[in-house]
Amino acid sequence: MSVTTSQLSEVATLARLQLEAEQAEPVTNAINQILSLVDQLHALDLHAIAPMAHPRDEIQRLRADVVTETNQREPFQAVAPAAEDGLYVVPPVIE
Amino acid sequence: MNWEVVIGLEVHLQLATQSKIFSGSSTRFGAEPNTQASAVDLAMPGMLPVLNEQAVRYAVLFGLGIGAEIGQRSVFDRKNYFYPDLPKGYQISQFEQPIVGKGSFTVTLSDGTTKTIGITRAHLEEDAGKSLHDAIPGASGIDLNRAGTPLLEIVSEPDIRSAEEAVAYLKALHTLVTYLGISDGDMSQGSMRCDINLSLRRRGVSEFGTRTEIKNVNSFRFVERAIHSEIERQSDILEDGGVIIQETRLYDAERDETRSMRSKEVANDYRYFPDPDLLPVVLSDETIEAIRATLPELPEAKRERFKKQYGLGDYDAKALCDSQAMANYFEETANAGGDAKLAANWMLSELAAQLNAHNIDLGQAPVSAQQLGQLIIRIKDNTLSSKMAKQVFDALWQGEGEVDAIIDQRGLKQVSDSGALEGLVNEVVAANPDQVAQYQAADEGKQKKLLGFFVGQIMKASKGQANPKLVNELLNKALK
Repeated sequence: MSVTTSQLSEVATLARLQLEAEQAEPVTNAINQILSLVDQLHALDLHAIAPMAHPRDEIQRLRADVVTETNQREPFQAVAPAAEDGLYVVPPVIE
Repeated sequence: MNWEVVIGLEVHLQLATQSKIFSGSSTRFGAEPNTQASAVDLAMPGMLPVLNEQAVRYAVLFGLGIGAEIGQRSVFDRKNYFYPDLPKGYQISQFEQPIVGKGSFTVTLSDGTTKTIGITRAHLEEDAGKSLHDAIPGASGIDLNRAGTPLLEIVSEPDIRSAEEAVAYLKALHTLVTYLGISDGDMSQGSMRCDINLSLRRRGVSEFGTRTEIKNVNSFRFVERAIHSEIERQSDILEDGGVIIQETRLYDAERDETRSMRSKEVANDYRYFPDPDLLPVVLSDETIEAIRATLPELPEAKRERFKKQYGLGDYDAKALCDSQAMANYFEETANAGGDAKLAANWMLSELAAQLNAHNIDLGQAPVSAQQLGQLIIRIKDNTLSSKMAKQVFDALWQGEGEVDAIIDQRGLKQVSDSGALEGLVNEVVAANPDQVAQYQAADEGKQKKLLGFFVGQIMKASKGQANPKLVNELLNKALK
């Protein structure tokens, strides 16, 4: 398994990572080296083994449906880059 | 039209829990912005989601309600995308192992035929926050109160073939989830939102055409209109030999058209993977059976029972089972009044008309089922004529007291004593010798008309309190 430079740039865009032009090739090579390590796993016969959803063999605990949180808007908005009228302010997003 | 429409619906149902799916914040609607957003909902570092047991229970109830497979082991995944109202940069959802698997759902169409629509799956996920584009000039405002509200996404098979079927499916789904009590189903508050997947294909062709997805339609009426306008748009393109582009569109209700969402994304690639913050959810047979034991009587079963037990027709049974509140009100009225048919008639005419006129729900009606039942008792024992009963009903609606007290206060008792009425009848007959002569000379058709004159005179003399049925009988005798 390997990726091309253009696949890498697509993934970088989706992940909001900025990749400079001169980084493209070295990063692609580095990732392909990691992928070749993963490729070694193909040698294992995993036929009868169900995929794991979690490394720990435990099951999810559930919590009762009770409201336990109180209004913490003030301390949260005090550390936000921008807030106004109770809203968090972000650059305009219009679909 | 040469084209057959193929529709699949994705319904996002807000579950009626008190707290959010992964945090202890309140889900109450309409609070001040960001006052119900905790550190978990805001994706503060180090926060861990803990799953709400009630959300799981509700999802299973839905699955059992449609006879679907229940995922005894289900897994939460991260659906990755960037948007300011999604602070974590991913939505916790379910992908390969949803909590509800395949099932099906039968709906009745307006012509009385039924149609079975396959359910592909239903999965649990969290809602995102809300972006407000008009609140702050030159910027967007984010309210995260809704972030983390539990949703059940119900995905149908592409089995729907018309706007009418789509609306019938949504209405039946709405009835079911409110019966189950898993959602308030309030569409005006976004409790039920719908994405429409729609494509066209030439009749007789088995492959599907290219589909578009219309996002976030939030009323039955808009679903119907969005489908019609998208069918028109796609068929225009296809008729002209064009091709449909697979894309996401928005329905603009004001202009009654769908338009493309200008997506800045290269392509939707959500890169799902199992969320390491959450362990698999495992449901034992005992847990599922315990949930099954809490299933209420479902709409279809209730309709059938109403037909059998109360002798109702299809129309009445369907109308009365539209909501559980309506069905309960009916049963209480029928039992209190001892007449199911009268109970159904009064509910579907007078009561429905008043609710409509005042634009209120049955729960807010000032006339209780017990009161309507008492009114029916007084109709059946001949105390009230139907005209008087309407007056009493209006008085009940105005909160003027109980049925018998209103009858007394207004002196509304119908006179059903034949001795007393006979006197009146004889007086009126004696006072109108010309009309009597006319009546006796007339043929049967005309006699009927003339009889009305006498009935009117007697009703007037009795101040509207004579039992009309008895008056007719006595008159017929007296005029012979």
